[in-house]
Amino acid sequence: MLSTLQPPRSLSHFRTNPTLLLRYTSLKTLSSLSSQPVTHSTLTDQPCSPNPLPHSQILSTRHSLLSRHLTATQLADSFLARLRLTEPHLRSFLHVSDSVLAQARELDEKIQRNEELGPLAGVLVAVKDNICTAEMPSTAGSRVLEGYTPPYDATAVRKIKELGGIVVGKTNLDEFGMGSTTEGSAFQVTANPWDVSRVPGGSSGGSAAAVSARQCMVSLGSDTGGSVRQPASFCGVVGLKPTYGRVSRFGLMAYASSLDVIGCFGTSVADAGILLQAISGHDRLDATSSKREVPDLAAEFVSISSTISKPLKGLRIGLIRETLDGGVDTGVTSAVRSAALHLEELGCSITEVSLPSFSLGLPAYYILASSESSSNLSRYDGVRYGSHVAADELNSQYKDSRAKGFGSEVKRRILTGTYALSAGYYDAYYKRAQQVRTIIRKSFKAALDEHDILISPAAPSAAYKIGEKKNDPLAMYAGDIMTVNVNLAGLPALVLPCGFVEGGSAGLPVGLQMIGAAFDEGKLLKVGHIFEQTLQNCNFVPPLIADELTS
Amino acid sequence: MASTIFRSLHTNPCLLHTTALLRRKDVILYCTMRSAQTRTAATQDKVKPQVKVAPNIQNKTLEKASKDYEAVIGIETHVQLNTLTKAFCSCPYNYGSLPNTSVCPVCMGLPGALPVLNMKVIESAVKVGLSLNCKLSFNSKFDRKQYFYPDLPKGYQISQFDVPIATGGYIDVDLPLEYGGGHRKFGITRVHMEEDAGKLLHSEGGSYSQESTFPFILLNQRCSTSYKAGVPLLEIVSEPDMRTGIEAAEYAAELQRLVRYLGVSNGNMQEGSLRCDVNISVRPIGHIEFGTKVEIKNLNSFSSVSRAIDYEISRQVLLHSQGEDQEIVQETRLWEEGAQKTVTMRKKEGLADYRYFPEPDLPGVFLTQDYVDGIRNTLPELPETKRRRYEKMGLSMQDVLFLANDVNVAEFFDTTITKGADVKLATNWIMGDIAAYMKNEKLTINEIKLSPQELAELIASIKDGTISGKIGKEIVDPAEIEKMVEKVVSENPKQLEQYRGGKTKLQGYFAGQVMKLSKGKANPGVLNKILLEKLNAKS
Repeated sequence: MLSTLQPPRSLSHFRTNPTLLLRYTSLKTLSSLSSQPVTHSTLTDQPCSPNPLPHSQILSTRHSLLSRHLTATQLADSFLARLRLTEPHLRSFLHVSDSVLAQARELDEKIQRNEELGPLAGVLVAVKDNICTAEMPSTAGSRVLEGYTPPYDATAVRKIKELGGIVVGKTNLDEFGMGSTTEGSAFQVTANPWDVSRVPGGSSGGSAAAVSARQCMVSLGSDTGGSVRQPASFCGVVGLKPTYGRVSRFGLMAYASSLDVIGCFGTSVADAGILLQAISGHDRLDATSSKREVPDLAAEFVSISSTISKPLKGLRIGLIRETLDGGVDTGVTSAVRSAALHLEELGCSITEVSLPSFSLGLPAYYILASSESSSNLSRYDGVRYGSHVAADELNSQYKDSRAKGFGSEVKRRILTGTYALSAGYYDAYYKRAQQVRTIIRKSFKAALDEHDILISPAAPSAAYKIGEKKNDPLAMYAGDIMTVNVNLAGLPALVLPCGFVEGGSAGLPVGLQMIGAAFDEGKLLKVGHIFEQTLQNCNFVPPLIADELTS
Repeated sequence: MASTIFRSLHTNPCLLHTTALLRRKDVILYCTMRSAQTRTAATQDKVKPQVKVAPNIQNKTLEKASKDYEAVIGIETHVQLNTLTKAFCSCPYNYGSLPNTSVCPVCMGLPGALPVLNMKVIESAVKVGLSLNCKLSFNSKFDRKQYFYPDLPKGYQISQFDVPIATGGYIDVDLPLEYGGGHRKFGITRVHMEEDAGKLLHSEGGSYSQESTFPFILLNQRCSTSYKAGVPLLEIVSEPDMRTGIEAAEYAAELQRLVRYLGVSNGNMQEGSLRCDVNISVRPIGHIEFGTKVEIKNLNSFSSVSRAIDYEISRQVLLHSQGEDQEIVQETRLWEEGAQKTVTMRKKEGLADYRYFPEPDLPGVFLTQDYVDGIRNTLPELPETKRRRYEKMGLSMQDVLFLANDVNVAEFFDTTITKGADVKLATNWIMGDIAAYMKNEKLTINEIKLSPQELAELIASIKDGTISGKIGKEIVDPAEIEKMVEKVVSENPKQLEQYRGGKTKLQGYFAGQVMKLSKGKANPGVLNKILLEKLNAKS
C-alpha cells in the first residue's frame, strides 16, 4: 500500500556514506538518552532495501564509538573529507573549526580510558553563524560583525559541548536571519546540494545544506519566520522549530526577539529530536525561556512493528485548507496530499481545517519582525565591536558604520520597522499587527483543540534558482506564508521531507510541515518518526554527495 | 531646610569644643554638656540663609514682580536601587585583571546577550509605590525607549512607558521651621522601573569606551573593573504641585528619607544615587495655563535644588516682567554650582520620538495580591507616620523633625523610649550630647558605643537622683577648669613659691588638688595646660 504514496517519478537510488550505512542496522544496545532501547523500524533491518530509511546518525555514532567499531577521529576525518570535497560547490560554511580532529582525538582518549561519554559524544554539529561561539567568529552573515568573535558561547552551544558534541563550524545565512534564500549573506551565496544552481532556502540555508550534504551530522539554525523549516524543505532534511521559550535564546543574535527560536536540523526525525532534547530547558540568562520541564523526547522514537498496520490510530490531523490554495505549486500540493494519505494509512483521521486569519500572518509578521529588528540592530553602531568606521563626529560614526556594515535587506527592514514604530504610525501598524497576532494565536489554539496536529506544506514551492527572487523582496516574503503564522503563535513545528517535485538532476525535495500545540514537540517527533520510517522508496540523499561517492 | 541642617550633623563646625567619649563598657558617660542648655546640632545652623539669589537678578523690580507671579514645579527623581550594588551581574571583581580583559556580555550589550530582571527591583518598586500611597499595576510590563547615544550600549533603554508599576499617589512633607514650617501634600504621578544609562568614558584616541550599565541583569560572566555593573533605577515623577525652591528641596529630602527608611537605596545625592531633574515654569498669579517649562539638571544637593529653582524663578519672572517671556523656551538647563546660576544645556526641538514598544526580552510583570500584601505587612514605620507619632508624644516640631530625619537616629530614639527612658530627656540627650559627639567623631549613631539600653539606664539614674545630671561628665570646659586652677593656686601660696623657686615637681601636687576639687572629672590635658600657664605666669 505504501508504494501508492510514491511520487510518479522513479527516483535515483543513491548510496550514502558506507561508514554510516553499515552501522545503522543494529542499534539495540543504545542509548543513554532513552530508558528503553531505541530500535528502528524493522524495515531498516532489511539490508538489501534499495532505499534505506532515515536513521539516527547520533545514535549510530554513539554505537560505533562504544562498540569501538570506529573512532571519533575516523568519524571526524570522514566528515571533514566530505566537507572539503563539497564545500567548493556549496559554500555552506563561513568558518570551519580547526580543532575538530583535536577534539575527536581527546574523545578517543576518553573512550580508551573507559570514561563516561556524553550523549552527543563525537556528534559533529554545525552552528548557524548568528549563534555565538566563543572560539569561532560569529558574524550573523553581516559586514558589521566581520571578524567578531564573541567572548562567550550561546547557551545552546554550551549545552552541546557539555554533552560531548563537536562544533564543526559556522554556517552561512541571510544577514541577521533576514531572508529566505541565504543570498542575503554579506559574504557568500550557498548552493542547494540537490541542484547547485538553486538556493538552499533561508535564512538557515548553510545549516540545512550542510546537513543535507552530510558535511556534519546535525546543525543548529534559527527560526523567526520559517528560517529552519523552509530551508529544511528545500534541502530535503528534517527541520524542527521548537515552541517559543523551549530553547534559550541567550547567545542568539536577536532579529525579532518575540519570534526568534533556535531550531535543529537532522537527516532523521530522531536526530532533530535528540538535538532538541540536548539544548532545551530553562536558562536564567533568558527571561523568556520556559521553566517547563523537558520531557524525554527520545522516548518518542519507539520501534514500529511491521505487524501494527496502524501505529497512529486515533490521531486527529487537520490539513490547513488555506495552505493548499492558489499560489502553491501543484507539485507541492500533491506531495502534501500524498503525505496526508500516508498518514491516513497509518491510522490518522484527516480533516481539512480552515484558519481564516492565515493570510493575515504575513503582513503582521513583517511589521512585527521589522519593528523588533529596528530596535535589536541599533546596538550595531561601530562603537564597541564589529566593523568600525572612523569618524570625527559621533553621528557620522554611527551613520558610516551602519551604512557600510548593513546590507540592503537589513536596511529595508530597519527602515520598515522604524516607520512602523514611529509616533503617529504605531497604532496603525505595530499595534494592529499585535492584534492580528492575538487573533492568529487564538485560531491556532481553537484548531489544535480539535486536532492533535495540523499539517501544511513547508513552503509554497521547492527550491528556486539562485537570483530568481533576489530583486523581488515581496515575492521572497510571500514564500514565508506557510511558516510565519507558527512563529506568531509561538508553536512548535516539524518539517520533514515527504516527496519530490521535478527539478535538478534528481528531483527536488518537498517538505511537510506538522504543527503541534505549545510544548508538544514530543507528539510531533513521534508522528514524524513513524512517518519517515514508513515512507518507502524516498531517499533524501542529494545527488551532490552521491556523485562524490560514486566518482 | 530641616533636612539639610540635620544632615549637617557630620559637618557642622559649631561643635568643635566638645570632646566627649561615649564608652559602652564604662557605664559612666563622660561628656561636657550641660544637658538641656545646649541643643547644639539641631539648632545652631538654622540662621544660615540657604537661599542665595545671584545679585545681578536680585533687584527691587524683581522683588516687586515676584509678587505677581507664581512658579509651577514638578520633579522627576531617579533613585538608584541598592539591590546588589557592586555586582549586579554577579561579575566577580578581579582586582588583578587588566581592564576590559574579561567583560560581561550583558553589560556590554554584546550580540546575543539578553536582560534578566532582578526580582529585587520589583520588590523595591512595590515598596516605594505603596509608601507613596500609589495605586499599583498588577499587570505591568517593560518597554524599550529608543535613541542613539553612546551611553546606551544596546541603542535603547529598558523602561516602563504606558503601564508604570505605580501611579496616582502622594507624599506628605513637613516644611522646615526656619522657613515658616507647615505641612504639604504633593502628588505623585507615577513610579516606574528602568535601567540606568551608562557613563561614557572618552579615551584619548578619540574612540569611545563604555562604562555601561545593564541593571536588569543577573549574570555569571566576568566583568572587568572598568565595566562596573549597573544598578536599576526607580523614576518617581511628581505632580507639578510645588511652588518654591524650599518646597521642592523638602520634597526631594522626604523622598530621600523614604528610600532610606525602606532600605531600597542609599539615597546619596553626591554619588548620584538620588538625582532630581526639576521642571519649572512661571505664570502670572491667577492664570490657569502653565508657562513654558524649563528642565534643570545637575542638582547634586538639596540646597542646589532650592537655589537653582529660586534662581530660575527669578530669571523667568524677570523675563515675564520685562515683557520678554518669549525668551523662555523649552530647554534643558544646567545648574552651575560655582556661578550659582543656570545655563542652557540643550534646546528641545519638538518632541523626541522614542518609538516605545513592549520589551520582548522580558516577560510581563504580574503582581499577586498576596505578594503585595506580604510587602505591605513588612513595611517599616514611614517618616510621616513617625513624625505624627512623635508629635503626639508631646515633642516640639523641632525635635520631631530632627529625630525623624535619620532612620537610624529615629530607631535609636524609639529603642531608648522602649527601654523606659523619659521622652524629653532622651530627646535632649540624643539631640545634644550624642549628636555633638557623632559630629565631632564623624560617627553615625550606629557606630557610637553607647547603646539605647545604656542611655535609658543613664537617664533613669539621673532622674531618680542616683547620680546628678553632671556626674559622669568629664569637664573639659577651659573656663571652668581655669576657675578651679586659680582657686587652688591662690589657696596654696607656699607651694607656689616653692614651685617658682624650682621645685617643679610640685606641679603634680597642684594637679591633684584641682582634680580633687573637680571630683576627678577635670580633663587632665586641659587641666595641665592651664595649670602650667598659671604656675609659670609672671605674677
